[in-house]
Amino acid sequence: MTGRALSALTVRELRLAVRIGGSALLGTLFFLIVVTVVPFAVGPDLKLLARLGPAFLWIGALLASLLSIDRLFQADTDDGSLDLLMLSSTPLELVVLVKCLVHWLTTGLPLVVAAPVLGLLLDMDGMQLLSVTGTLLIGTPALTMIGAVGAALTASLRRGGLLLAVIVLPVTIPVLVFGVSAAAAATGGTVPALTPFLVLGALTLASLALAPFAAAAALRVGLE
Amino acid sequence: MRLIARGLACRRAGRVVFHDLDFSLSKGEALALRGRNGAGKTSLLRVIAGLVPASAGTLELEGGEAEAPIGEQCHFVGPASGIKPVLTVRENLEFWMGFQGGSASVASALDAVGIGNLAPLPARYLSAGQQRRLALAAIIATRRPIWLLDEPLNALDADGAAMLNGLIRNHLGDGGIVVAATHADIEAGTRTLHLEAS
Repeated sequence: MTGRALSALTVRELRLAVRIGGSALLGTLFFLIVVTVVPFAVGPDLKLLARLGPAFLWIGALLASLLSIDRLFQADTDDGSLDLLMLSSTPLELVVLVKCLVHWLTTGLPLVVAAPVLGLLLDMDGMQLLSVTGTLLIGTPALTMIGAVGAALTASLRRGGLLLAVIVLPVTIPVLVFGVSAAAAATGGTVPALTPFLVLGALTLASLALAPFAAAAALRVGLE
Repeated sequence: MRLIARGLACRRAGRVVFHDLDFSLSKGEALALRGRNGAGKTSLLRVIAGLVPASAGTLELEGGEAEAPIGEQCHFVGPASGIKPVLTVRENLEFWMGFQGGSASVASALDAVGIGNLAPLPARYLSAGQQRRLALAAIIATRRPIWLLDEPLNALDADGAAMLNGLIRNHLGDGGIVVAATHADIEAGTRTLHLEAS
């Protein structure tokens, strides 16, 4: 029963993401634009670009994730779906988890795929591209999960997008720090490369375990 | 099956919406909620569904599934009915049936509410009345004993109102319970609960 409910939800979320107004490719396009703008701002110094590359890719991914996540629960709150989702034997925490999973598949994963291509624009070499893509693969689920808590807190607000960014950005700093340092360490740095990778993985696993409960609690409070 | 409320009260944003409400509904009975705007009709429906906690009093369902909360045995049709405009009518209904565990066929549920010919259309092209019919299709596609209807006649034409009365009559005949907040008259023979704005 729960399995059927969750697969129905997955299908719906995937359909919504790829239809008009869905978030599937928008985040990737935004990512592309942010990264393309960087060389114009920094100037044609290739060494500098390559050194800053992982940081810019991570900031681009962070902003692209945030941009698309504010509608995660807001649309369902506005059209009454959330009420009906709650009147069900399927735990709200699982509903949150499925929505996050689909969000990551349709916005996080395309970012990971696009990252090595965009890295070329920043004159990054093969090893750098590989390490940045790896850290994004491990780290972007954490961005989605943390963003989901913010999205749940602001679900009942009109124009909650800006507030969402203010709430979520400070919390994502650890992910950003370890993401960028893992990418930098892999291509020669002072710390062993494995350590920041492991911390990044731990952040993602912790957010996967905790965020559904936090987001579901926020949604329940928001309905009252 | 009996739905029993004892001393039910609801407080929203610090204001008492209603208090000391008692009623009891057996299977096959319907209750019409009346009262001015702001008297707490919608709040009462949301309290019964468990979407808003009661600030005092108890609500119990005798003879239902004891393990499940009352909300899981309720259908709630509110002003916003959970319809996604970019999905087709069929996709919308398929989702709610899948999510709520309905077993009826999509086509027969749509035919029952008179919008069978609209199945392949994106829901954003539906009129308000057709959207209301789609929401009603979702509640007849999955069987749940209690129907909570918030202004169910809104946007429905005379035909639609007759259809809704037919659906309610069938549901009551099957031993269901209906609580409806409404200004117009629904199914004859229902009891009425007047809510006073406090």
